[in-house]
Amino acid sequence: MEALHYLCTHKIVTIDSSSLFSVSFEQIGILHNRFKQLSHNEETLLRENFSKIPDLECNPIRSQIIEAFFDRRNFRQNGEGTVEEIGFEEFLVTMSHFRPPTLNMSEHQREGVRRDKLRFLFNMHDTDNDGTITLEEYRHVVEELLSLSEAMEKDTAKSIADAAMLEVASISMGHMEPDEFYEGITFEHFLKLLNGFEIESRMYVRFLNMDTTTLCK
Amino acid sequence: MDVTTARVVLIIFAFSSLLHGSGGEIPPKPTGGVTLVPPVLPDDGPQAFPDAEKANMPVFTMDYPRIQIPFEITMWVLLASFAKIGFHVYKKITVWVPESCLLITIGLIVGGIMHSVHEEPPAVLTSNVFFLYMLPPIVLDSGYFMPTRPFFENIGTVLWFAVVGTLWNSIGIGMSLFAICQIEAFGVQDINLQENLLFATIISAVDPVAVLSVFEDVSVNEQLYIVVFGECLFNDAVTVVLYNMFNFVAEMPVVEPVDVFLGVARFFVVGLGGMGFGILFGFTAAFTTRFTSKVREIEPLFIFMYSYLAYLVAELFAISSIMAIVTCALTMKYYVEENVSQRSCTTIRHVVKMLGCISETLIFFFLGVVTITTAHEWNWGYILFTLLFAFVWRGLGVLVLTQIINPFRTIPFNMKDQFGLAYGGLRGAISFALVFTLPDSIGRKQLFITATIAVILFTVFLQGISIRPLIEFINVRRTNRNLDTINVEVHCRLMEHTMAGIEDLCGQWSHFYWKDKFMKFNNRILRKILIRDNRAESSIVALYKKLELQNAMEILDTVSGDISAAPSIESLYEDKKSSKPKKKFLAPDLKNMHDILSKNMYKIRQRTVAYTNKHALPNESQSREILIRRHASIRRSLRPGSFQSSATPKSHKYFSLPAGKSLDSKFPPAKQSYTDDQETMSETAYPSRRSRFGQPSRSSSRAMMPLRRLDTLTEVHSVDMVDESSGSGGGTSRTNAGDPHTPVPTKVSRPMTPETGIAKRKRRSGLRPHLLQAGPWNPETTQHGTLCSGGLSGTRRCESVPGLFERTLQGLYNTTTCSYHPKTR
Repeated sequence: MEALHYLCTHKIVTIDSSSLFSVSFEQIGILHNRFKQLSHNEETLLRENFSKIPDLECNPIRSQIIEAFFDRRNFRQNGEGTVEEIGFEEFLVTMSHFRPPTLNMSEHQREGVRRDKLRFLFNMHDTDNDGTITLEEYRHVVEELLSLSEAMEKDTAKSIADAAMLEVASISMGHMEPDEFYEGITFEHFLKLLNGFEIESRMYVRFLNMDTTTLCK
Repeated sequence: MDVTTARVVLIIFAFSSLLHGSGGEIPPKPTGGVTLVPPVLPDDGPQAFPDAEKANMPVFTMDYPRIQIPFEITMWVLLASFAKIGFHVYKKITVWVPESCLLITIGLIVGGIMHSVHEEPPAVLTSNVFFLYMLPPIVLDSGYFMPTRPFFENIGTVLWFAVVGTLWNSIGIGMSLFAICQIEAFGVQDINLQENLLFATIISAVDPVAVLSVFEDVSVNEQLYIVVFGECLFNDAVTVVLYNMFNFVAEMPVVEPVDVFLGVARFFVVGLGGMGFGILFGFTAAFTTRFTSKVREIEPLFIFMYSYLAYLVAELFAISSIMAIVTCALTMKYYVEENVSQRSCTTIRHVVKMLGCISETLIFFFLGVVTITTAHEWNWGYILFTLLFAFVWRGLGVLVLTQIINPFRTIPFNMKDQFGLAYGGLRGAISFALVFTLPDSIGRKQLFITATIAVILFTVFLQGISIRPLIEFINVRRTNRNLDTINVEVHCRLMEHTMAGIEDLCGQWSHFYWKDKFMKFNNRILRKILIRDNRAESSIVALYKKLELQNAMEILDTVSGDISAAPSIESLYEDKKSSKPKKKFLAPDLKNMHDILSKNMYKIRQRTVAYTNKHALPNESQSREILIRRHASIRRSLRPGSFQSSATPKSHKYFSLPAGKSLDSKFPPAKQSYTDDQETMSETAYPSRRSRFGQPSRSSSRAMMPLRRLDTLTEVHSVDMVDESSGSGGGTSRTNAGDPHTPVPTKVSRPMTPETGIAKRKRRSGLRPHLLQAGPWNPETTQHGTLCSGGLSGTRRCESVPGLFERTLQGLYNTTTCSYHPKTR
């Protein structure tokens, strides 16, 4: 109820009415509890709070995930830059990118959800916020992804990123002149690239109705 | 219009098969008159040399009874196999009419002929034969080729439908039929409740082979596909358990309430016990294959023996043997395929497929024969109501069960999916075999057989034929399954990690959490115990290698086409080629994909579709095989002296060759000309960095491969131009042009090539940077997007295929010089 009250006062529901639709108030309440737990009952969360989560420690892309929570682009349409601390509202908005799909989505809605989710992923790549994923950025992500398998050489990640980039170029720029240079993946290309990858029905977190805050640190 | 042609051809095939059929039929005749053979000699003998006859050595004798049983089995199998060949000669038939229909049709015809000559059908299908020999291959086949990832993602729904759905159907149909039996007009009052339940159990075993191949063709969404697939598999297990239970109950004079509870308890014991045995034997099998590196020849045997052992032991304790063999296959597959050599892996897959296929074919075939030749008891009321109830309860069951399961599913089944599920409930081989093996103590066995056959024929023919148009008409949600690009894999992985992270963040556990945990456990413990070479591999790397290797294979493929004597691969690829393309045209949305494909110019990808048809080897096998082949090649390269050969020239271009490691030593001198040269090629193509004695990490050798491939890009013309044109643009620069061991960043900029036309095309091929090195490519061949074998002469290709392959080819040409000359130009 506290969370509900919180919502009403901060008018989160109005931010994106459809985005929170499939998450019930109970679930928001649970998330709020979790938020409190992470922030040690403060109003805001800092990066340190995140990096102390033990479960997250072995995630290869931990830093990207944490950054995503402090990235203004994920809060609203034209946000830019990063913030130092986030409140529950931002926390929730970031989470809302992971809402499960609903049964009766119109094609239009589906496309919207799809763009939204892809945008989130795209932002994780595009660290300097220039609207393109450059080869460097891509490599960085791939390296991070592969960083856990200790047997991996850095070069492998690099060459994979290179090959992937080449693939992007071939998919998105069908006819390139020989002297053309593909400087990076724009969001449009990104959409095209993952066309057919049903992210709208795959990228979701099932928010439980059960309060698990006592179970995890 | 097509239908008529299909019909005509069907008839032609039926008759052509009959010609074979008559071959298969002759043997039974002598069974009646075994005397047909012996008279031949005595006729001559007694007249000419009445006395000397005993002493003389018979010049020609026949002893048919001695070979009768194996001979007849062979002829039946052959006949069924010929029928299968026949169907695929004319492709359109199998598109519109499921194979099972055709098999039954042929069976009917053969049965008709046998009936007209008053020949008894072979009494092959006894309970023991079926349960001990025919069923295991079928189930092993489904279990082994179960798509693992989607299965575990949907395991709840699958089990829900398989277990509860089957119970629902059995009990529902059984009860309703029992109610019908009370109506005097039908004259079936003597069938009691137990027998009705037994019969209902038999006809609730769904067997949607035909549906699955349709689903695969129209690429329906993954969830629907896997639920149908998994349902049919576990539903068999449940059915057999129920069958045995009711069989037992049907013979009990009185059923007390406590028996019902015991029955329920037994149900769980049987199911879970089977699962336990399966896991046990699966791990044992995996563990055994860890040590088979020296006895490659019998490697595949372990897989079959262990699965069969799991089955038999489960049978011994009267627990669910189907469960046991399925879980065994599921458990060991992952580990075994990493342990065994690539050849063994291919063998395992082929044999599993082959056995399953034969078994099923035979059952359907017998179904047709038996339909004609057995005595039937036709009871309009009972049979029509059986049909009705089977249909209604299936529909109701899906409807109700989906409503219950939907809230727990992230992607709920909509009405169309539910229709697909319900309509896909064809009855098949299992039902038939079960009813046929009913004990004779069941009074109305004949009626049950007739009713079951009616249900099977009805569902297989009506539903099986109509499901394709219906599915296409109602436009069930579809999935684009053919997305094996690196980018998709990278982002899929990124997404999964992100989700796992988010779940950790908000303290919620679900699928990804557990998957994460299992993968960790797997990598840390299981793999170490079960796999010889236990380095965990990221799926991104795996996919990357796969794609790289596909390119490699593609090139090698064309080469192998040239080296005329390479029958093994030829045949292996032929069947893939021939079976895939015809399906391609069916799904309109494949066009889309095709665009992407043609842009990428991955010719080879057209052969890879992610799902398995029950009657075809799974298409992912290609990639798996390649990967495994690679593993094998690394291992193989460790075996000293296995492929020692005399002089083979060194390649100069191959500057990243690991020091002290002579690749050339691994070219088998004469092997390529007649053996699986693809394998040997890939073996040689990816030399490992491992020395023969010390064993540096495998990953380093793995890492070598991509690097080398990308290295070849540096050999592309315009290292300098790249720098000029893009030095500032992308913020990336080449760092290591001189160092052969580090990859040169694949500049995504276009190298300026003189032969723009070719280069452009090649460039689209994304992952084939080596092709950018357009040297002597023949424009014609490249324009077709294929490297057709005639287009490039041997020596030329030798130059044009860079890096890795060059050496291979050189080795090849050297070893096969006498037989191989550049053909053209």
